[in-house]
Amino acid sequence: MFTEWKFTAKDIAEKPDLFMSGHRACAGCVPATVMRLVLKAARGPTIVTNATGCMEVVSSIYPYTSWATPWIHTAFENVAANASGIEAALKILKKKGRVKEETVDVIAFAGDGGTYDIGIQALSGAVERGHDFLYVLYDNEAYMNTGIQRSGGTPLGASTTTSPAGTVIPGKLQYKKPIADIMVAHYMPYVATASPYFWRDLITKARRGLEVNGPAFLHAFAPCPRGWRSDPSKSVEISRTAVETCIFPLWEAVNGKYQLSGPSNAIALNPGKKKPVEEYLTVQGRFKHLFTPKFKNILTEIQRITDERWQNLLKKCEMR
Amino acid sequence: MKRIIKQEVLAFNGDEAVAYAAKQSDVDVVAAYPVTPQTIIVEKFSEYVANGEVDTEFVCVESEHSAMTACVTASATGARTFTATAAPGLALMHEMLYVASGCRTPVIMAVANRALSAPLNIHCDHSDSMGQRDSGWIQIYAENSQEAYDSVIQAFRTAEHPKILLPEMVCLDGFTLSHTLENVSVLPDNVVKDFVGARQLPQVMGHERRSVPFRLDPENPVSIGPIALPDYYFEFKRQQEEAMKNSLEVIREIHEEYAKTSGRSYGDGLTESYRLEDAETAIVCLGSTAGTVKSVVDGLRTNGVNAGLLRIRTFRPLPVKEIARTLESLKAVAVMDRSMSFGGHGGPVFQEIRHLLYEASEHPHVVNYIYGLGGRDTNPPQIQKIYEDRKRGIQTGKVENPVRYVDLRE
Repeated sequence: MFTEWKFTAKDIAEKPDLFMSGHRACAGCVPATVMRLVLKAARGPTIVTNATGCMEVVSSIYPYTSWATPWIHTAFENVAANASGIEAALKILKKKGRVKEETVDVIAFAGDGGTYDIGIQALSGAVERGHDFLYVLYDNEAYMNTGIQRSGGTPLGASTTTSPAGTVIPGKLQYKKPIADIMVAHYMPYVATASPYFWRDLITKARRGLEVNGPAFLHAFAPCPRGWRSDPSKSVEISRTAVETCIFPLWEAVNGKYQLSGPSNAIALNPGKKKPVEEYLTVQGRFKHLFTPKFKNILTEIQRITDERWQNLLKKCEMR
Repeated sequence: MKRIIKQEVLAFNGDEAVAYAAKQSDVDVVAAYPVTPQTIIVEKFSEYVANGEVDTEFVCVESEHSAMTACVTASATGARTFTATAAPGLALMHEMLYVASGCRTPVIMAVANRALSAPLNIHCDHSDSMGQRDSGWIQIYAENSQEAYDSVIQAFRTAEHPKILLPEMVCLDGFTLSHTLENVSVLPDNVVKDFVGARQLPQVMGHERRSVPFRLDPENPVSIGPIALPDYYFEFKRQQEEAMKNSLEVIREIHEEYAKTSGRSYGDGLTESYRLEDAETAIVCLGSTAGTVKSVVDGLRTNGVNAGLLRIRTFRPLPVKEIARTLESLKAVAVMDRSMSFGGHGGPVFQEIRHLLYEASEHPHVVNYIYGLGGRDTNPPQIQKIYEDRKRGIQTGKVENPVRYVDLRE
């Protein structure tokens, strides 16, 4: 169903950036990388909208802008409604001859807070209505813009400023909400997960999301060195380990049919390649307390839930 | 001078009149959510869409917050946009109302005025729109359904005017107007279409200082709704105030132009004076109550009482000079508020009126009458009592209790 399109490093390097350099993201910020990669998949005229959050703030400080394409931000909880209004306007203005472009892609970016929590109503509504747009969740697993508070996307055991690891409580006590599965449950045409380490996979998925008729949801893994207390030079490596440990498996669901993507498929075929979660957790300060005897049980639980979710995914992909 | 156009008379309630005006105004996008007593507007409009009577994209959103959001971004994309709401919906939109005015998107919204919870109440008062009076929206209060119809058509012209670019709400009293059948004269479709014209897009400075149309246009990218820090935010807000001030003249001009075509006018479009020339005492009020007050004034006049009325049609921006000029020479002014400003000194209309008279050369007595909350009926005897009360005030020369309540168990 998708047009064949090979993204080579050369293709990508030659394509002008719609999200320009000069923005104020931190060193090692993966959300910024995600946005840049996604926009490499743009087919032509593109309108971008951001939820309030790090990526909106670093890219639009007046009177400067990093956006070489039309861009709008309105508030935090409503980026899917932003996209709804843009798409509805484009549809009618095209019909009335006031928009000349044959196709204009609409891309919405939001973080985990703006998606899992405060933005889920607008997202669910927009998807139910079937607006033609690509929603990109850059998931850095906490409210980073306000200073690292826990969200529905924060994983078990992570220490944040509102779920601090104390002497009694071992960081966040709840599990990460399976947001991409929730989106698949909407019977939407395209849902995928992606990690920027596998950049070609990410760009291809963004492109597929744009090509489907109707809403598409891309869940992009996006480490934040500030919030994760990790080395900024290791952000992309962490994106890789997350996939290799099956903490963040890569898959896509086309019209509700799940399929594993290359790197995760390789693990499914050869389970010996699956790495223990410690490899992923140990390089991040937000999990530091789990490596003390007191909270070791959380570490065990993270491995257990990771395995359980991975097995469930394999079932959905009919791999077992 | 243009000839007044021959018009059809239709039996409409206020909501239907509003929907009909929106239908005739060539709206591109409507994003709305049902809420009593506004619901008939979106129902009617949905029928127009279903029957192919309008060329409009109707987005049936999942909340009022998303309704206002989608209107803002559709407007920023270049579409003429319309929505409607009432109390809880307007309260839910609160955040986005400021975004609409701050992004300078000329969204038009009908508000069927209703009380705010708690306790839950679906009937009329002005708590909802008064609570949003500082949100940067132009606010028009209609006296009857005819005026609601006329005001919606005029609103598109005002809001989209390149010097203004502000969102505008047309308020009509819930149930009293929204659900009550009235004869409404409607202009022919083509006349309304010509009057509102095409959506105008002013030129702004885009990338590399190029002059580009103010919309999300892939050929001429602009960034709308950025973050502005302490070094620029203040200037954005000052510009909104400038646009508000400019809109006084524009509202008046468009109202006059419309009057020439339709034969209908409401004062000068900003305020309407009724038998005030030689009045001693005036009531100041908004909305449908003015109709009741007019009939009481007529009765009092036949009995030789010099009573009058000043109806504020445009509450935001407030026509300060005009109101001061009209009221300063009176002996007593009774300001009727259909909402409360808890803990403040009287209701919001009272605060404005008393305050703007501070700079006048003479000060009439100004007393506040809070009335009709949660849809409590406001009848002629109550209004008559207010005039009598003020007459006593003139005689004693004292204002002992400037904030009073009408027809309340105490």
